[in-house]
Amino acid sequence: MTEWLKSVEPLTLKGQIAVPYTWWVGETGGRFMAALRDHRKILGTKCSSCKTVYVPARKSCGRCFIDMEEWVDIADEGVIQAYTIVHYGHPVQPAKPPFAYALIRLDGADVGFLHVIKKDLDRIKNGLRVKAKFRAERTGTILDIDSFELM
Amino acid sequence: MARRVAIVGTGQTYHKSHRPDVTSREMIKEAVSSALADAELTIRDIDAIVIGNMDHFESINYVDTYSVEGSGGVMKPIMKVTTGGTTGATVAIAAYYHVSSGFFDRVLAIGFEKNSESDTTGAIITCSDPVWDRFSYSGAIPSLATEATAYMEKYGATQEDAALIAERDRGHAMNNPYAHLRRPLTVADIMASPMLAYPIKLGDICPRSDGACAIVLAADGIAQKITGKPAWFKAAAVRHTYTWFGDSTDYNKGLVSMQRASKDAYAQAGITKPVDEIDVAELYLPYTWAGLKWIEDIGFCGPGEASKFVGDGHTHMGGKLPINPSGGVISTNCIGATALLRVAEAAIQVMGKGDTRQVPDVRNAIATGFGGCFWSDIVILSSERP
Ligand SMILES: [Zn+2]
Repeated sequence: MTEWLKSVEPLTLKGQIAVPYTWWVGETGGRFMAALRDHRKILGTKCSSCKTVYVPARKSCGRCFIDMEEWVDIADEGVIQAYTIVHYGHPVQPAKPPFAYALIRLDGADVGFLHVIKKDLDRIKNGLRVKAKFRAERTGTILDIDSFELM
Repeated sequence: MARRVAIVGTGQTYHKSHRPDVTSREMIKEAVSSALADAELTIRDIDAIVIGNMDHFESINYVDTYSVEGSGGVMKPIMKVTTGGTTGATVAIAAYYHVSSGFFDRVLAIGFEKNSESDTTGAIITCSDPVWDRFSYSGAIPSLATEATAYMEKYGATQEDAALIAERDRGHAMNNPYAHLRRPLTVADIMASPMLAYPIKLGDICPRSDGACAIVLAADGIAQKITGKPAWFKAAAVRHTYTWFGDSTDYNKGLVSMQRASKDAYAQAGITKPVDEIDVAELYLPYTWAGLKWIEDIGFCGPGEASKFVGDGHTHMGGKLPINPSGGVISTNCIGATALLRVAEAAIQVMGKGDTRQVPDVRNAIATGFGGCFWSDIVILSSERP
């Protein structure tokens, strides 16, 4: 099966394109980010039709296909619904391994909130309560929350 | 036997250079909501959705899933179609096939782009062959400039002849509240604008826009109940030719994909004299020379006759065959939406909803998409049920 290696020189061409993307967060996402940055507050929005409270706050309810006008304060603590512990490193990851990705049902929300847990990994279990640890220097990104910690 | 299909509603955003206030999916919802409102339908009436954009422009690979909050695609059949610059027209044609097939009665077609979120040239160049063509053709402009110089040499068309296309389209955009660039641009302005790649100057090319467009299609029997004046599909044609840029240098042949697509479309629609039988055209003209060369390829005039045909005012508002009452691509270019805007604007003309940009008494309207390596899509809409 590897016979072709003898007769074909496997030349390649290295790509030179690095497209610099810059995504607009938008008015709704921006209000959520600013609340994290300025007030260490987590905001959600509530659908007036199905009453679902979404976090992070978003502009419309996909199921009901209507815009959401009602803003809701969400707690900075909640319950682990599901998690995985990451053991390999990669530049896109927000933390050095080992760390956990967790879906956290924050008090006051009806959907899971995706974030990371960096400590006490051997004690993590579904159903345990966790609390957000905010960074001292915040810039208006989801990583203004450094991580969640077991309570 | 395929079913007859009509467009029964259109919607679009107010196009801008950038929309910091919304994400792509939020912007999509604006267009979808406005198309549904135009058709007086709700999202619950929609059976399936076709959506498209240039996915590498925002680096969102699965826009069909990413967009569901905005498209209304939650728990509906939704498919992404992307074919480069032609995407918007291909989305419309795929939605037409969805309804025509009999599988779906009411289908939504969506195109969108947020050009402001990436380097358009860096992203667009990924359309060219990575090993053979990418090193040299830096984005859309050089390949179009090559086509323009060949046309100038062959027919003696001048830079001023071409500039009149942008003056016309930018003038038309003054009548379109949704257009991105709503400032008049004269031939003199264009001649004085910076040279990008001879003979293309800044005033000769389309802008980069953020925007979205959506249309609602419905089957025969249902369309008439939704609106008193549906825009019926009379023809839809797609022609993609070569992919190597070097294969397209025989400019004596013209834009072959558009010649073939229009020939097919005219046959489907029973049109033998396009200029006499078509009342308005919304053409994907991304730069000025396209407004000369390609209207020859689509059969509006003979080879080399475009400068005179346009110069005589036949394609201006009030002329024999007005081109781009919306202001066209030279005024608004949110790429994945651009060709769908052509179809939507053609539908608007047929439905008589053009307000200040309305051409009187439109029976047949033609829309085109252009993209990739000189590829063409054509749609012909009519007030007459075929
Ligand atoms: Zn809801």
